[in-house]
Amino acid sequence: MVKFDAVVKRYGGLVVLDGLDLEVAAGERVAIIGPSGSGKTTVLRVLMTLEPIDGGIIHVDGEPLTHMARNGRLVPADERHLRRLRGRIGMVFQHFNLFPHMTALENCMEAPLHVLGLSRAEARERAAGLLEMVGLGDKRDAYPGALSGGQQQRVAIARALAMRPKVMLFDEVTSALDPELVGEVLQVIRRLGEEHGLTMLMVTHQIAFAREFAHRVCFFDAGRIAEQGPPDRILVEPEHPRTRQFLSAVLESH
Amino acid sequence: MDLIVPLLRGARVTIEIAALASLVAIAVGLVVGLARLAPWRAVRALAVCYVELFRGTSLLVQLFWWFFVLPHFGIFLAPETVGIFGIGMNIGAYGAEVVRGAIRAVPRAQHEAAIALNMPPALRMRRIILPQAFRAMLPPWGNLLIELLKGTSLVSLITLHDLTFVAAQLNVATFRTLEIFSLVLVLYYLLARGVITPAVRWLERRASRGWVRSEV
Amino acid sequence: MLFDWAFAFEILPVMAKAALVTLQATIVGYALALAIGLAMALARRSRRRWIALPVGETVEFIRSTPLLVQIYFLYFVGPQFGLALSAWQAGLAALGLHYGTYVSEVYRAGLDGVPRGQWEAAAALNLSRYRTYRDIILPQAIPPIVPGLGNYLIGIFKETPLLSVIAIIELLARAKLIGSETFRYVEPITLTGAFFLVMSLAAAALVRLAERRLRIR
Repeated sequence: MVKFDAVVKRYGGLVVLDGLDLEVAAGERVAIIGPSGSGKTTVLRVLMTLEPIDGGIIHVDGEPLTHMARNGRLVPADERHLRRLRGRIGMVFQHFNLFPHMTALENCMEAPLHVLGLSRAEARERAAGLLEMVGLGDKRDAYPGALSGGQQQRVAIARALAMRPKVMLFDEVTSALDPELVGEVLQVIRRLGEEHGLTMLMVTHQIAFAREFAHRVCFFDAGRIAEQGPPDRILVEPEHPRTRQFLSAVLESH
Repeated sequence: MDLIVPLLRGARVTIEIAALASLVAIAVGLVVGLARLAPWRAVRALAVCYVELFRGTSLLVQLFWWFFVLPHFGIFLAPETVGIFGIGMNIGAYGAEVVRGAIRAVPRAQHEAAIALNMPPALRMRRIILPQAFRAMLPPWGNLLIELLKGTSLVSLITLHDLTFVAAQLNVATFRTLEIFSLVLVLYYLLARGVITPAVRWLERRASRGWVRSEV
Repeated sequence: MLFDWAFAFEILPVMAKAALVTLQATIVGYALALAIGLAMALARRSRRRWIALPVGETVEFIRSTPLLVQIYFLYFVGPQFGLALSAWQAGLAALGLHYGTYVSEVYRAGLDGVPRGQWEAAAALNLSRYRTYRDIILPQAIPPIVPGLGNYLIGIFKETPLLSVIAIIELLARAKLIGSETFRYVEPITLTGAFFLVMSLAAAALVRLAERRLRIR
């Protein structure tokens, strides 16, 4: 479903992704862990095309995302190509990034209405259904400013789902939440995986959640995958010393 | 009382010029402000030139230029037209900076959320960025419109019979200087603080109905 | 050719002399505004409400009404009370008062920017209010607002043409006089505009430089 091929990303002189190879199968749930600055969030940001890459290529659903074929050669994608491919991906952000001037329902209707071209009735029905699913059916007319962090993040999940993406990206979606609100968000994500079989990439610090929910864990270090495999192996008996060091540091803090 | 009637007649001209010049200023401010953020270098450069030219020369010099110089190029504008467009285009240059600042102040995260929902650039601007920028630009626009109202007093120097012109005329005719100019100052003050400020406040309240800016 | 260069050069010396008048008015008006503005800002922060409130209202009033009318007011009303101001006195007083209200807002921002702890430290040392302002607060409040103050120097500069209404022959008045004598307005008024543009662009560049140097500190 998603394939990174020798992807390089630099910020100035700093190499953030250093020839990254990563393949994610349809329906697979991949958790990405690693110390800050290891490039894990960048993986999601380049996949969402929020930032261009400096080398390599990313494929989504069998088609090149960052490039397009022209006269038999691959050239960097233009805005039109990006718009066609980007629709297959949805993203949920650490700080929710809801639109503050729209109600929860309007947040979820906006893109289906104006990007997918749904009728108002269809968009409303879809948005209302999704808000119901994330347990916020009664908050549809609330503005983001009046919602708790956990509620805002659930609206953000519903908003991303309303575009019917094939791949969902979760970027530290519980990091900005008070501890008691983390559970409600994780529960929604769990249901998405179990009932809908969505392909998911998540950057997370919730080791316990990654262990029971992800199919595979990738440990990032210095712009590469240092170690990957089933959660029970990576999170319980890691081989790489950096992974061990990281896990003990994280578990200590909990 | 004999002062009030002519002064109110002058105030009417002041209000008309101010209202129409405000429309020009807002339109110019939006267009030039957006042009300063356009993806094309030439458009941006043009917008910068506009802003620098109109902010860099004095309003009265500009009005005189439209009024005294343009006729030499065969263009004769009515003094009303000069007043409305001259003041509107001057304040519009300041407004462009307000518009640009407000748009730039919308957090990058809002752009990213809109990209993640696959919105094309024009839609992002129209539906997500501008509505948020709109609220932020209201208070500075309120101040600009007061500057604009004050600026309309200069049209008295290009033969328009506005509040200031009538005052100067009455002063020469009656020598009741203190009464006349006190009244005129109070009238301007009432227009600024009694009309413009409450109107902008009302718009601010409407624009922010419901939503509270979350601190992220 | 609509713009006659020969004519432009011919009037240049007279225009330059008038430009000096403009610059004089700018500098004196600005000095007045800085002083009046500081007095207004301090008065508005006074603990005596019978000082702070009326000053605050007056500042609002002056700022919401046109400078042009204020110039007329000072020039024409004075003589009625036996206080005949010359055109220069009236014009500069109006400029200083009007821009003093703007400048007082800048001072206010600077004063608000000084941390509370500085006041408390001064109080702990038992400094008088005057000493506190002079030695502790103002030296910290002024540097960050230099660019903001500079912007109003440009502001005053661009308002000096209004002095022409009380027969001060600054640049624009001179331009108009030349125009009415020769029936050529193109060159004098365009030159006037060019002078204002060049001077304000240069001043704005200086303000930006000051801003950058502040950020480095």
